[in-house]
Amino acid sequence: MESTIVKAVDYNAYFGDNHVVKNVNIDIPRNHVIAVMGPSGCGKTTFLRGVNRMHELIPNATAKGQILLNNEDVMQMHPIFVRLKIGMVFQRPNPFPNLSIYDNVIAGYKLNGVRLPKAEKDKIVEESLTRVALWKEVKDSLMKKGTFLSGGQQQRLCIARAVAMQPEVLLFDEPTSALDPISTSTVEELFHELKKNYTLIIVTHNMQQAARVSDKTAFFYMGELVEYDETKKMFTNPKDNRTQNYITGRFS
Amino acid sequence: MIESTTIENNSLTLSDVSLGVIGSVKTPAKVRQRVKRLYRQIRTENVFKRALVLMGLIMIVLVIGILLTLIVESLPSIKALGAKYLWGRTWDPVQDIYGAYPFLLGTLLTSFLALAISVPFSIAIAIFLGEYFPKGWIPDFLKNTVELIAAVPSVIYGFWGLAVLVPIVRSFETKIGVDPYGVGIFSSSLILAVMIIPYAASLGRSVIQMVPSALKEAAYSLGATRWEVIKHVIIPYTKSGLFAGILLSLGRALGETMAVTMVIGNTSIIPKSIFAPGNTMASVIANEFTEADKPVYLSALIELGLVLFLVTVVINMIGRRVISRFTNE
Repeated sequence: MESTIVKAVDYNAYFGDNHVVKNVNIDIPRNHVIAVMGPSGCGKTTFLRGVNRMHELIPNATAKGQILLNNEDVMQMHPIFVRLKIGMVFQRPNPFPNLSIYDNVIAGYKLNGVRLPKAEKDKIVEESLTRVALWKEVKDSLMKKGTFLSGGQQQRLCIARAVAMQPEVLLFDEPTSALDPISTSTVEELFHELKKNYTLIIVTHNMQQAARVSDKTAFFYMGELVEYDETKKMFTNPKDNRTQNYITGRFS
Repeated sequence: MIESTTIENNSLTLSDVSLGVIGSVKTPAKVRQRVKRLYRQIRTENVFKRALVLMGLIMIVLVIGILLTLIVESLPSIKALGAKYLWGRTWDPVQDIYGAYPFLLGTLLTSFLALAISVPFSIAIAIFLGEYFPKGWIPDFLKNTVELIAAVPSVIYGFWGLAVLVPIVRSFETKIGVDPYGVGIFSSSLILAVMIIPYAASLGRSVIQMVPSALKEAAYSLGATRWEVIKHVIIPYTKSGLFAGILLSLGRALGETMAVTMVIGNTSIIPKSIFAPGNTMASVIANEFTEADKPVYLSALIELGLVLFLVTVVINMIGRRVISRFTNE
């Protein structure tokens, strides 16, 4: 039986007076890949950034309701702890340009002022890079700058950086929209591997990607969670008219 | 009247031919008009380009001219005094002894002390305005106030220094048990520190604002606090810009004349401590230029200007080297 790891209860998010995410209730099961899709401006990214409290970094942004991580309300926790448990990968690969590949992977520890013995750092770097299938490609150039890698490799490096912190949940904000098709498929294959150890929530505006990689799909429209179901059911037999219209491409 | 139009028409046809596209006297008026406009644009473009080159050349000629003037005018003193001018410890125009060392020391002491005092403030202001509160009326007010510091004439700082700062420094000196001059190296450094804050602060603010938010968010998403983001992302990313701002401040401090002249005490002996009075190269020039009655005296003062010029150039070159090393890293 699947257990819930993240649960949103009456979650609302605002930019000033602009109500962007409206009363979202969702249960996310452990070790699954959840796709969040919907047209631009539907609030899917805002919802995602609400889960690890990145939303509130933007001036004027506020949120109401609960996001439960293992039944604990992240809105009551210190955002630092939340972000250590819930990692994030962004739309554009954003390795730290002044750091080497090695230092990029352990950047989270460095940023938080954690000092580790060299052996342990080596172990974390190797494990994290192996998890994102990058170890073989970069093991001989760990001390090179992360920005020398190709776009797809950089994005996998960013995933490794998030994985290195040993989070429980990984959030992806349109992780392949800045990548070429080959890099995209490499990253997509990675999702299947990663879900063995983590729960993945992936925002995408690419329906095919949602269909390919996810176990469950959430469809957002105008800030509301319209439908949330098994991906197969959603794409073959959607319950809501708006989902039907979106999937058949009647609006985008 | 009629003749002039004919001439114009003729020249137009010639242009058409030389363009090699139309090539006929019977080209329609519209086309001719267009070609004419095209030629006018090309001419304007050329004039503009030449004007730009000219402006650039004027700048170079000016700087070289100033340097040449300084060298030529200080030749009598260079001939008479030689290299011992630089490390001569006595400056006594009555005896015709000219040693610039006390002033060289005074300039470097006041400037670097001022830099040390002002850098924490300017970096803090830059971070406050660039990262913490980039918008709103309080930061706007602070930003304008800081920029106003640079706009206040330096003689006003001199007055303020004499009226307010010097008495405070004097009582402080009494308290810590050094000779209570009030005026001196320390007072000058304080005044200079205030005057140079805006340069590093405003350059720092603009480079800090340019840090991509993607990098900051990456750090936040790894559980970094704001301080950790500043320390590990913003400062490393902007260090060359911050350094350039500090260098700009230093350049300003080295050359500042009026305010320093008013509060430094104007003695030509080597300062025994940072609380003792002294002189900087710029303040000596300002103070003694009008009373330089002997050719060698005048020339020695101009040589002081030359040295100041060279010190500024050297420090700027070192700075550039450091900046390029930072950015290539």
